[in-house]
Amino acid sequence: MLKGHQSWIFNSKPTILGSAAVGGPFEGNGALADDFDIIHEDLWIGQDSFEKAEKVILEHSCTRAIEKSGIKKEDINFFISGDLMNQIISSSFTARTLGIPFLGIFGACSSSMEGLAMAAQLIESKSANYVIASAGSHNAAAEKQYRYPTEYGGQKPPTAQWTVTGAGAVVVGTEGIGPKIISATIGRIVDMGISDPFNMGAAMAPAAVDTIEAHFRDLNIDASYYDLIATGDLGKVGHELAISLLKSHGIDIPSDKFTDCGLLIYKKDQPVFSGGSGCGCSATVTYGHFLNRMRRGELKRILIVATGALMSPLSYQQKESIPCIAHAVSIEM
Amino acid sequence: MEKFIFAFIIGGLICVIGQLIMDILKITPAHTTCTLVVIGAILGGLGLYDPLVKIAGAGAFVPISSFGNTLVAGALIDAQETGFIGIFTGIFKVASSGISAAIIFGFIGALIFKPKG
Amino acid sequence: MSNMKKKKLTPIQLQYDELVKSIEPKRPILKNCIKAFFIGGIICTIGQVLHTIFITYFNFTEKTAVGPTLVVLIFVAALFTGLGIYDHLGQWAGAGTAVPITGFANSIASAAIEHKSEGYVLGVAGNMFRLAGAIIVYGVFSAFVVATIKITIKWLGAM
Repeated sequence: MLKGHQSWIFNSKPTILGSAAVGGPFEGNGALADDFDIIHEDLWIGQDSFEKAEKVILEHSCTRAIEKSGIKKEDINFFISGDLMNQIISSSFTARTLGIPFLGIFGACSSSMEGLAMAAQLIESKSANYVIASAGSHNAAAEKQYRYPTEYGGQKPPTAQWTVTGAGAVVVGTEGIGPKIISATIGRIVDMGISDPFNMGAAMAPAAVDTIEAHFRDLNIDASYYDLIATGDLGKVGHELAISLLKSHGIDIPSDKFTDCGLLIYKKDQPVFSGGSGCGCSATVTYGHFLNRMRRGELKRILIVATGALMSPLSYQQKESIPCIAHAVSIEM
Repeated sequence: MEKFIFAFIIGGLICVIGQLIMDILKITPAHTTCTLVVIGAILGGLGLYDPLVKIAGAGAFVPISSFGNTLVAGALIDAQETGFIGIFTGIFKVASSGISAAIIFGFIGALIFKPKG
Repeated sequence: MSNMKKKKLTPIQLQYDELVKSIEPKRPILKNCIKAFFIGGIICTIGQVLHTIFITYFNFTEKTAVGPTLVVLIFVAALFTGLGIYDHLGQWAGAGTAVPITGFANSIASAAIEHKSEGYVLGVAGNMFRLAGAIIVYGVFSAFVVATIKITIKWLGAM
């Protein structure tokens, strides 16, 4: 049901029946390694290209989530997925393997929540019995496509971020035991003129703030409603900027409640500059770490605000700034 | 002995110039090295780069700026004998070693190695 | 480049730009310069050693030893790129590895190795100059302009 201008309330409370997070070697050495269902020690995952490796981790996350949900693959009505590759080829190949009717989405790093919101809406509107939503990314494949060859010796500035090699997937159904999807707010494009692809945190922070504001406004609540509000991948720089912007917009989120997936996923001694990023970042941290904490009873109500920088490798060269978006989904146990 | 010291210092300084261009103007390494090549070509045309090589040796001919100088030198050698068209026939004459080596070893590298990510 | 962009920003965007500048970690320029100086200096010194070896043991002259010196440096850079060492060195040294001819070699070798998955013609060969092409184009074109100006001046002077 529509609430306010750009939010949905899911009165039927679609349930997350199964979830999985798959990661690469860096993530296996990271702070949340225990919350991954599968950690691959080999960045190539036995494939002969990084792009194929991205497809494989996306596939693994989906099959694992389906296994854990106890639902048969043939009973799942729709598959919603997004990734960072051109033409979201990794998701398309994963859809080929799964054989489930496929809705491909591109939200860059906001794909996880964009997919989850749509999955919940399909369930809520009785347009599906079961939906599987996933998002993933691969560090080397993303570097190759958006920035430089991985063996290039170019120096990255401290505002740069590290694309997560990982994928997360959830199976959503009408009822059952598991975390429930309560509401979602669809973001709009916010472009504050930042054009530096090595400072995506600064580009995305305003979008996150815009969506959080819209969420509170549409649902007529404030930060006190949630135990935790996490952005997708603002990183150190973006997170600080978001805090500053929220303050100046009169929104008060206590610092112990406000965090960022890109800050949580890696350890302090890993060379990740400003923090993690990529579709896999919010997907693996949410569908692994946060859902596990909810199932353990540590968190009751969370809001995940996945942020995406929607530039193309070409737009930057054409001196365009980076349009950003953020989608928010609230989950309760 | 002092040849090595000069090579170290001048080479280091040219790299510092590159680093400053990269960090202050906030441009990519590709843009920075292009700038240095063009500067090298201009200095070469003004006759200032060869004296630098005499003093600093490798400190001047190892940085990418020397590539610009070498291209100008090659162009002028042939232009001396055959006029304007000599620019075209001579440009790569002296610079050949750098480009050929990079292509050949780059290709061999691709035959042998896989990117490590 | 960043100043050009400023003129096209709205007041709110300009305000945000100021906020970003105040929060973002500054590039450690002094540290970077010291590292660049040190590594760049070492690479050039190694070049000088090679140059001396070619003159002393291989019958090259000061002028003709330059080419072989560069070839050896390029070989080492390509090797380090293939072994996966160069990118870490480059992150630390910045311009110290990018400015010497080794940076040129690294840009070609890394692109060639990276695009192996697309085949040897369109992948390796077609993408090899992705980053280095600009250096060659600008080098050649600026040499063309400079040489043209020089011989024109000479020609006018001889008239």
